Amino acid sequence: MVPVLKYGDTLVATIVAALSDEDLEQLRAEVIDKVGRFRARGVIIDVTALDVLDSFATRTIRGIASTAQLRGADTVVVGIQPDVAVAMVQLGLTLDDIETALDMEDGMALLEARRRSRRVG
Amino acid sequence: MSAEERIPIFHERDIVQARQRGREIAAERGFSTRDQTLIATAISEVARNIVVYAREGHIVLAPIDSDDGRRGISVTAIDHGPGIANVELAMRDGFSTGKSLGLGLPGARRLMDDFEIETAVGQGTTVRLRKWVK
Repeated sequence: MVPVLKYGDTLVATIVAALSDEDLEQLRAEVIDKVGRFRARGVIIDVTALDVLDSFATRTIRGIASTAQLRGADTVVVGIQPDVAVAMVQLGLTLDDIETALDMEDGMALLEARRRSRRVG
Repeated sequence: MSAEERIPIFHERDIVQARQRGREIAAERGFSTRDQTLIATAISEVARNIVVYAREGHIVLAPIDSDDGRRGISVTAIDHGPGIANVELAMRDGFSTGKSLGLGLPGARRLMDDFEIETAVGQGTTVRLRKWVK
């Protein structure tokens, strides 16, 4: 399972093992539920431990991101490994509609910058 | 050198098992970690096609050697599902009749060195992939 933890108004889902499609669907349901319950403004999906991101996993993560966005929370995917990134490009996968960041720290900073620009704008 | 391994694919969890085993065999063969990832990703895509379109089938993983002494791995995805009516269309990026991005077959071809497909409507599909150690 993927624990979805709450830090301030940000949810963090750390994917620690190769996930089956069912696990990914459960993750999607849990993130969407918690965005509502905790009034989260940001979601970080940490995929550092994932050794494969295939088209299904990418589609699911994209689904989580766009649903969370509709619920008012920005989503950042962090920790895509270099080899995984190469495989995704060869596969023809892009995440151009999703924010990505190198690691958790950058992801948190990105969400914070977003929040700030929203308050100003 | 180990003989070929046949991994039944029924459940989505089998996809993870197949790609992990594929990565292990690729490592034993001497593939770089980058190539191991490409191979595991290709296995994931063809195994997923089995679950989504045929419901069951299997993945056969085997160490192979070329005549000129190159080491490699072969990945064969076999099912007796509905088959593919229009292979040319299925090989096009973005074409999908199932719940995917339609990148499975063309993507697997790009990730590996050799790609062959045999399919007959109502009889099933066999996809043969090979990759060689650089």
